[in-house]
Amino acid sequence: MDSLDSIVQEASAAIAAATDNQSLDSVRVAYLGKKGKVTGLLKALGKLPKDQRPQAGVEINKAKVRLLDAINVRRENMADELLLAQLAQEKIDVTLPGRQASRGGIHPVTRTMKRIESFFGGMGFQSATGPEVETDYYNFEALNIPAHHPARAMHDTFYFKADQLLRTHTSSVQIHTMESQEPPIRIICPGRVYRCDSDLTHTPMFHQVEGLLVDQGVSFADLKGILQVFLQEFFEKDLNVRFRPSYFPFTEPSAEVDIECVMCDGKGCRVCSHTGWLEVLGCGLVHPKVFAYSNIDSEKYTGFAFGMGVERLAMLRYGVNDLRLFFENDLNFLRQFQ
Amino acid sequence: MLFSEKWLREWVNPDCSSEDLVARLTMAGLEVDGVNPVAGEFSAVVVGQVVSCEPHPDADKLSLCRVDVNSAEPLTIVCGASNVRVGLKIPVATVGAVLPGGHKIKKAKLRGQESFGMLCSEEELGMADSADGLLELPEDAPIGLSIREYLTLDDQIIDVDLTPNRGDCLSMAGLAREAGVLYGVDVVSPSIEPLSPTHDEVFPVRLSAPEHCAHYAGRVIKGVDVQASTPLWMIEKLRRGGIRSIDPVVDVTNYVMLELGQPMHAFDLANLSERVEVRLASEGETLVLLDGQEITLKDDSLVIADAEKVLALAGVMGGQGSGVSAATKDVFLESAYFNPISIAGRARSYGLHTDSSHRFERGVDYELQVKAVERASELLIQICGGELGPVVEVTEEEHLPQAKQIRLRQARVEKLLGFAMSAQQIKEVILRLGMQIEEITAGEWHVLAPSYRFDVEIEEDLVEELGRIYGYSNLPTRMPDMSMQTQKISEDQLAASRVADCLVDLDYQEAITYSFVDPKIQSLLDPELKPLTLANPISAELSVMRTTLWAGLLKAVQHNQNRQQNRIRFFEMGHRFIVSESGLTEQNVLAGAVAGPLREEAWTSEKGAVDFYDVKGDIEIILGLAGGGVSCQFEAASHPSLHPGQCCSVVKDGQKIGYLGALHPKVQQGLSLDGPIYLFELQLSGVLSGGKASFSEVSKFPEVRRDLAVIVGQEVAAGLLLEGVERVAGELLKNVTLFDVYEGASLGNDKKSLAMGLTLQHASRTLNDSEVNSLIDSVVSFLKQEFNATLRD
Repeated sequence: MDSLDSIVQEASAAIAAATDNQSLDSVRVAYLGKKGKVTGLLKALGKLPKDQRPQAGVEINKAKVRLLDAINVRRENMADELLLAQLAQEKIDVTLPGRQASRGGIHPVTRTMKRIESFFGGMGFQSATGPEVETDYYNFEALNIPAHHPARAMHDTFYFKADQLLRTHTSSVQIHTMESQEPPIRIICPGRVYRCDSDLTHTPMFHQVEGLLVDQGVSFADLKGILQVFLQEFFEKDLNVRFRPSYFPFTEPSAEVDIECVMCDGKGCRVCSHTGWLEVLGCGLVHPKVFAYSNIDSEKYTGFAFGMGVERLAMLRYGVNDLRLFFENDLNFLRQFQ
Repeated sequence: MLFSEKWLREWVNPDCSSEDLVARLTMAGLEVDGVNPVAGEFSAVVVGQVVSCEPHPDADKLSLCRVDVNSAEPLTIVCGASNVRVGLKIPVATVGAVLPGGHKIKKAKLRGQESFGMLCSEEELGMADSADGLLELPEDAPIGLSIREYLTLDDQIIDVDLTPNRGDCLSMAGLAREAGVLYGVDVVSPSIEPLSPTHDEVFPVRLSAPEHCAHYAGRVIKGVDVQASTPLWMIEKLRRGGIRSIDPVVDVTNYVMLELGQPMHAFDLANLSERVEVRLASEGETLVLLDGQEITLKDDSLVIADAEKVLALAGVMGGQGSGVSAATKDVFLESAYFNPISIAGRARSYGLHTDSSHRFERGVDYELQVKAVERASELLIQICGGELGPVVEVTEEEHLPQAKQIRLRQARVEKLLGFAMSAQQIKEVILRLGMQIEEITAGEWHVLAPSYRFDVEIEEDLVEELGRIYGYSNLPTRMPDMSMQTQKISEDQLAASRVADCLVDLDYQEAITYSFVDPKIQSLLDPELKPLTLANPISAELSVMRTTLWAGLLKAVQHNQNRQQNRIRFFEMGHRFIVSESGLTEQNVLAGAVAGPLREEAWTSEKGAVDFYDVKGDIEIILGLAGGGVSCQFEAASHPSLHPGQCCSVVKDGQKIGYLGALHPKVQQGLSLDGPIYLFELQLSGVLSGGKASFSEVSKFPEVRRDLAVIVGQEVAAGLLLEGVERVAGELLKNVTLFDVYEGASLGNDKKSLAMGLTLQHASRTLNDSEVNSLIDSVVSFLKQEFNATLRD
């Protein structure tokens, strides 16, 4: 009969050599099963002299436990190896591009309008809209631009018939709002406007944002303040802003607002015609005649209005050098603003 | 308006640089658009006289000249100009001269002949863009004198872009007045003394439309020599004011217009019959204008006529045949005040815009007429000689503008400017502006504006003047101190930007296309609608208002397809313009155009083109945004520009809000587009309307799922079938999902199989098998009855 040591040695080798659960199990049966070699030794205990039996029993049981442990360890190791092998097989190229989830984009003009709206919205200006096909009254007359006023020559107006036209500015929304709302009024009116002009620097349709504030005690100083902060916030830059006297029939006093050229920091370049300044806004205090058309008491209330060209601001903000790009809808252009 | 800085400084000469003057004018509201030197940079060009002129022996077009420049010997110069001749005085660039552009004049040999300089044209001296010969100088030009000095070329042309309210600045006098106010210096105007008549012939003037013309001054000047030449100083001042010299009489009237701001006209007295009458035209009368154009007059147009014919379109342009010609001997000078409203818009209605109409529309000082006649008379007899008759002045006092008395309150100034200007400051500025001011009580005045300030009518106009002269930059700046205002936070209405953002996340790119479109595309897309048509479109391709945003979007698709972009997913929000019997409605819509592969090309992608259901899925997401459990239906429909088999109307909350479908292949071919292209257009109000979410108890009891596959005819609309299932299954049905649609030969060509999973749940107890079975049975029998459906094995 083989010695315990040699059986254990033999069994250990068989455990190490087992390649899968099945072969490991047959090793277990061969040594620890009912007819296994180690079990055989236990059965043969009775053949030993009585005084040797306890000692030998303890030895055999120890060996049995050791072998069982070895089998379990081997089993776990094999599972680990199997998992490792499986994981190795499951390796992928993590540098391959992710599965497609492409995204579109907002048009830069809309994006610019949203920024303007969100600045003024934060100060309580509500967005207001109006029709694009207007009557002479809303586009001109109620804004103190009577028929044949020379200022009409500045608005190359598209007409359908005598009293039906495409609005030349979003100022018409002011009138609709003042007709239907009592002061205090704080509105911002973004939208499309139309002028019969088309060349390198003009498109027949473009966008404006008009602002109107009517309340008690509103002055030119407030207008200067709000627009200066707006322009600095819009360009995210502490730039110089200047107000120049100008003329709009619907405001008095009127001003044109220039900013320090954002292309050259006011040093003078092609964009600012070497003046260092860029004209970006028109504004003024609401003309008493405009208030009168809307039945607002100009002794009690004062107000200011301003208007800006969205494309111009977008061009300056993003460095776009050709106005016409905004309406070609070329994907290679639009995608730059995603 | 263009003006010469030197000329301005003859009137008012503040101690400042040109840069400062320009900046000060701009910041006072007289925006300077440009400053250009009147001539290029050059040196060593002097007045010379041609003393001899021989043909060049070896060149047909060249002359060999000897030119006196007041040096020891006349210079030999080869010249190619055709107007070179003996006795002519011209600018001579001597050896060593540097001409504009750095062109150096050296001793040269031209076709074998030595040349010691160059005779110059205006172009070569940078005084004009082109010239057709040498600049001919007057006979009295001093030989040897520097041309720069002789022509006062160290001057600049300032281009000021005047706003329409500042017609008073359309003259040297007006600009000088303004500069004088800004710098606080005196203005020196030329003294204009009335000249005594030397004969008593007058020509009668009749003002038949006094509300349009209430002041007219005229004068007969006899024996005028129209062959005389305009003096160089006048030609140069005109040139620097942007006006070309014509003949001495016209030059004088133009000069007075630039100097004083009064447009004038000179008639040949011999061509006038009986009288000059200012009247409204009769409808249909014709007039041949100075530029040869014949116009047919409207009855709202003011004309100058004599007893027989119309002579001129008043305040706009003279007529042919009544003006001064080479044969003219006696002249009738006209200087009138026309009501701005009577002239405004008239020139434009005939397609005309003249220096004269520009001024009259904006307002010419109604007290200037006689003064202008005197000034023109003086200049005219200086140049052309002639005998002056008495000035005829006709005034209709009650139709002249009245200087308005304007109340000005110190408190109002402070209220509007946000700045307390002292009474002293206010009075000072008002007086400097040439206005009269009279105190009513402390801090309150009456102000009278001068006759040339048409723009000063109300208190706010004065406030602007105060702010302007004080300087907008010097006025205070502060943030408004505003009361809080509440904003609505309703859930009934989704913000349009939420929809836009969602579309962007669904891989759509926003486009902005013109609201006016090509009528051809428009009628292809919406043949049944008559679009709103522009009377004055920018081009035929942009002449009708869109009735659908597809018109612009498809052009954008085309633009990109032509540039190798085949995967296109556009959306746009904007108005469409629908004309119906009840008039025009502008509807705000959301539209889209989708073409090309469903996915961006990538190693992972399902390849394949986008189809109807891809786009429909996107629309379903969009329609769900507004919330509130509003139901939407898609119903097979037809639309003239959509594929008849792939078109549906979108119904939300019982209202049709738009269409979704494939572009009709015929329209697609008509527009040369690559297809298929899927389009949608939905009324934005429908997309955005929704409501707040409403809570219902969450059931704690298990769900039961049963799957059903039914075979139905091809024509059965799955949407209707599912709706029916929902209705019949009632409140135990939590959800029904169509998980398979099968069509195959085994079913027969006219059949399809629809497989759906029904999830059932009770709110307060566990469902038992028998009630589930009976519910499923009732669904099956409903489907059989309603859709002739059979259960699939």
